[in-house]
Amino acid sequence: MSLETVDSEGQHIASAVSDEVVINLSQVNKWYGDFHVLKDIDLTVYKGERIVICGPSGSGKSTLIRCINRLEEHQRGDIQVNGVTMDTNLKNIDAIRRDVGMVFQQFNLFPHLTVLENCTLAPIWVKNMAKSEAESVAMTLLERVQIPEQAAKYPGQLSGGQQQRVAIARSLAMNPNIMLFDEPTSALDPEMISEVLDVMVGLAESGMTMLVVTHEMGFAKRVADRVIFMDQGEIVEQNTPDEFFNNPKSDRTKLFLSQILAH
Amino acid sequence: MAVLEKGSPHRASRSLSEWLHDERVRSVLYQAIVAIVVIAVARYLFINTSENLQARGMSAGFDFLSTGAGFSIAWSVLPYTAGDSYFHVYLVGIGNTLMVAFVAIICTTLLGFLVGIMRLSKNWLIAQVASWYVEILRNTPLLLQILFWFLAVFSLLPRPNKSLSLLDLFYLNNRGLYIPAPVPGDGFNITLIAVLVAVGATYAQAVWARKRHFDTGQRFPAFWTGLGILFGLPLLVFLVTGAPLTFDYPALKGFNFLGGASVPPAFCALLLALVIYHSAYMAEAVRAGIMSVSHGQTEAAYSLGLRPGMTLRLVIIPQAMRAVVPPMISNWMNVVKNSSLAIAIGYPDLVAVYMQTSLNQSGHAIEIVAMVMLFYMSVSLSISMALNYYNKIVQLKER
Repeated sequence: MSLETVDSEGQHIASAVSDEVVINLSQVNKWYGDFHVLKDIDLTVYKGERIVICGPSGSGKSTLIRCINRLEEHQRGDIQVNGVTMDTNLKNIDAIRRDVGMVFQQFNLFPHLTVLENCTLAPIWVKNMAKSEAESVAMTLLERVQIPEQAAKYPGQLSGGQQQRVAIARSLAMNPNIMLFDEPTSALDPEMISEVLDVMVGLAESGMTMLVVTHEMGFAKRVADRVIFMDQGEIVEQNTPDEFFNNPKSDRTKLFLSQILAH
Repeated sequence: MAVLEKGSPHRASRSLSEWLHDERVRSVLYQAIVAIVVIAVARYLFINTSENLQARGMSAGFDFLSTGAGFSIAWSVLPYTAGDSYFHVYLVGIGNTLMVAFVAIICTTLLGFLVGIMRLSKNWLIAQVASWYVEILRNTPLLLQILFWFLAVFSLLPRPNKSLSLLDLFYLNNRGLYIPAPVPGDGFNITLIAVLVAVGATYAQAVWARKRHFDTGQRFPAFWTGLGILFGLPLLVFLVTGAPLTFDYPALKGFNFLGGASVPPAFCALLLALVIYHSAYMAEAVRAGIMSVSHGQTEAAYSLGLRPGMTLRLVIIPQAMRAVVPPMISNWMNVVKNSSLAIAIGYPDLVAVYMQTSLNQSGHAIEIVAMVMLFYMSVSLSISMALNYYNKIVQLKER
């Protein structure tokens, strides 16, 4: 299986999508009380694939990726991550969370710990890694997101863009093979968006499987292997970025694109 | 130019009204007025008091402290016999107050944390029980609760010859709670030393286990090992030295119990009322502290693979403590201050034995009230200083 994307501008990052399935959702349904947030979601994600999920607010896109690491519980249907079935078995949930990293809109760094301690907390306490080893891993990652000099500072002393890059480094410290991004740039000032997107592009180049909920359509065009459009809890349309932006099939997609690309 | 415009000719020509509306003049003026009023009131009080004392032929001063008090105290932590000095009565009162306040603070804190966490439980029944507990206890007066426990519970217990008993060791009746008193024999000191050694060893192994975890990543069951050392070592030493400890068991002799140790019903009622009343406030402080930590923190910790217990310990509690400590300070101080309500049920605390009985007998109102105030203030300020120091350490660092 291979999803070929041909970008007219030639800027698209070469994808290395294998035919190994890492995430499989079938007929997933979720309700908040009477509100039906996710309706019969079917989604298969392959190793190394980069998926951008977009759609109007309240369409269920955040809920969808939050179901993948059980921050939200789905009520019907099956979710499998790396072959492990998501159920009420705590060991399965632990196993899935060890393999899946997540970056939040509001960063959610631990304000009582330094940047370095933020990145070493989980490796030390979940993976039982030696502190010195965890610190050297963390420093390597902080260099990768280009803020090693901030290691001794507290999150409250950093800018939004720096905080989000720390959050990415913190997730990577657990060495996940899937990364979920829940609107990672929506809480940032405009001039800080690119520094975070640059880090994400770098991550894509390294072959990470990524699911990104975002409104950054430039990022989608450049990085995504597949763009998924959700509305009212359903996957309305999914396609290569080229087809998705230039030749949308559904009226709802056309309307959405006309709204966000209007300016 | 600017300097010239601000120069003296302009200032000299200012009217009185302009002068009065100067911000700097105002602040000096207000402070001067307050100082004058305070000094005048203090002077009036002092003159008035000394005149009145003279008119009644009373002497001021602390000489009375060394004279004998001549009354007996029903129950005391420190040894006391009728005829000991008033200063001794002061110390005995402090001892009784600190005894009930100290035990109450520890129990209040533990119970408060438990109820506060229970109220946040996802289990509907547990959360409801905790929230009714808090609402009922917080919204009724403490004095009423103290009287309830004393009059409706501890005074209605059976007479000594029909005592409630646990394993024939502990007895509860309308005269109080009776427990076996330990009587150390020869060589028991070695066991006490073993306890100290065990505490040190437990601490040392906890530090070592933490260091090993950080150095090598390997975990060590520090909690269970610590528990083993803490109890195992003293027990071993105790048995090897021939178990040199006997107990003086309370036993019914005639109409009352003799032997053992005992606390009066008033102590039990006061302790229970203080603990239960203040634990409701403590529970609210704990609940508010935990709720002040955003849910995003929990989600971030979960997404990194931390289990709920570890998330609570490593992420939530350290942040929640910042919000819990300030109300906890005032709660602890309230426990100490509210213990003076003991007077309503006849528990011989500082206020009862010193500000009531001693004051009535000696007539030295000003000195006695000042000494009692000094005690409550020193305790409150010590608590406040200790917890403020702790609070400073856990404050978040921001830009």
